Amino acid sequence: MNALAAILIRDMRIAVRVGGGALIGVLFFLVVVTLVPFALGPDLSLLKRIGPAILWLAALLASLLALDRLFAADHEDGSLDLILTGRTPLELVVAAKGLAHWLTTGLPLIIAAPLIGLLLNLDAPAEAALVLTFLVGTPALTFIGLIGAALAVTLRRGGLLLAVLVLPLTVPVLIFGVAAANAAVLGPAPFGTPFTILGALTLASLVVGPFAAAAALRQEME
Amino acid sequence: MALIDLANPTRFLNFANRALPWLGGLTVLVFAFAINQAMVAPDDYQQGATVKIMFLHVPGAWLGMVGWGLMTVAALGTLVWRHPLADVTAKAVAPIGAAFTLLCLITGSLWGRPMWGTYWVWDARLTSVLVLLLLYLGVIALWRTVEDPSRAARAAAILTLVGAIDLPIIKFSVDWWNTLHQPASVFRFGGPTIHPAILIPLSLMALAFTLLFVTLALAAMRNEILRRRVRTLRLMQASATS
Repeated sequence: MNALAAILIRDMRIAVRVGGGALIGVLFFLVVVTLVPFALGPDLSLLKRIGPAILWLAALLASLLALDRLFAADHEDGSLDLILTGRTPLELVVAAKGLAHWLTTGLPLIIAAPLIGLLLNLDAPAEAALVLTFLVGTPALTFIGLIGAALAVTLRRGGLLLAVLVLPLTVPVLIFGVAAANAAVLGPAPFGTPFTILGALTLASLVVGPFAAAAALRQEME
Repeated sequence: MALIDLANPTRFLNFANRALPWLGGLTVLVFAFAINQAMVAPDDYQQGATVKIMFLHVPGAWLGMVGWGLMTVAALGTLVWRHPLADVTAKAVAPIGAAFTLLCLITGSLWGRPMWGTYWVWDARLTSVLVLLLLYLGVIALWRTVEDPSRAARAAAILTLVGAIDLPIIKFSVDWWNTLHQPASVFRFGGPTIHPAILIPLSLMALAFTLLFVTLALAAMRNEILRRRVRTLRLMQASATS
């Protein structure tokens, strides 16, 4: 338990210090959302209708952004070898690193989402639904992304490959996240159905992600 | 010769070399008969001649999914038994499965244009098959990025196992979401709902395409084994001269 807490704190410290990616993710999120009205035109009623979808898409891209360094940096400075030879189960270490990644990139997105939602003309119920779906759905993005990050750990063009491998797997999360956020605003479908499926996807990814990523790391580092 | 003997790459090469001409000939024969049957099959009373697109579309869809299923089994072989032939199978099947999935998508959209009035809808079945194609392309990209073949095999195997989640989604998408694509009509409880006049040519075409799949996969596996031997020889030569 101590080892896992140490890894969690270490990863969060690295993320917020110079060279870390914590706040760049939020900045990226803001920039992507800002670009959309330039492409679509500043039609407020249109933006209100597609706002949740844009925010979900931007959050998906932003949480992918920092993932390629998640294991690669540890691989370069040798700490991944120490973790692999250590006594703590690799699956738990991977899960702790995923949690740290979510706390430093996912959580800031959730805090920023209501403010950025104002730019897209979202009203209070839509904002609340969006924050709720982000809170439940973004961990799935991080934990599915872990698999890609582990597969690409030793590759030189890992970042690009990571996106190609991970994005198709995140399709269900995107579908049900946006469906739940839209259901709360536009109706007539109930909010609960897509929202509970989103929760199920997150729970499944919490299990599948660490195990697959740990298996990939063991294979890569042999 | 027992099936287990084929696990040895040299014996597998001998088997492939002997079997390929026969398989190729059989494929051509079955295709000739199946295409003939498909041509004389009656038109649908509503869809007219466009129903014949089904003879390409359905085998493409089946084999696109069979391809990923084979890769999943091979991935277990790679991760559990570290068998080199499993690596070769997974690598050889990926482009073939991708091609059949693409065939399914292209014929489907050509069929959709006259029947649904559009080339593409974001229906659950269509979307999940498109995701399957993207997964195929991702695996192929992974194979082409990692230089060492056995490490590439293990990375691709893990991605294959994770991607296998898409297969049941494709199969049951038409039952879970009630959308434009029709539900299953061949493999279902209570037997097929297609009239024998269409079902028999469809089965023949499926058999012909399966034979084509097996022939192509066997040839690709043979080529991959030879390619690996060439690679090893080159590496030995390079280390001998230096």
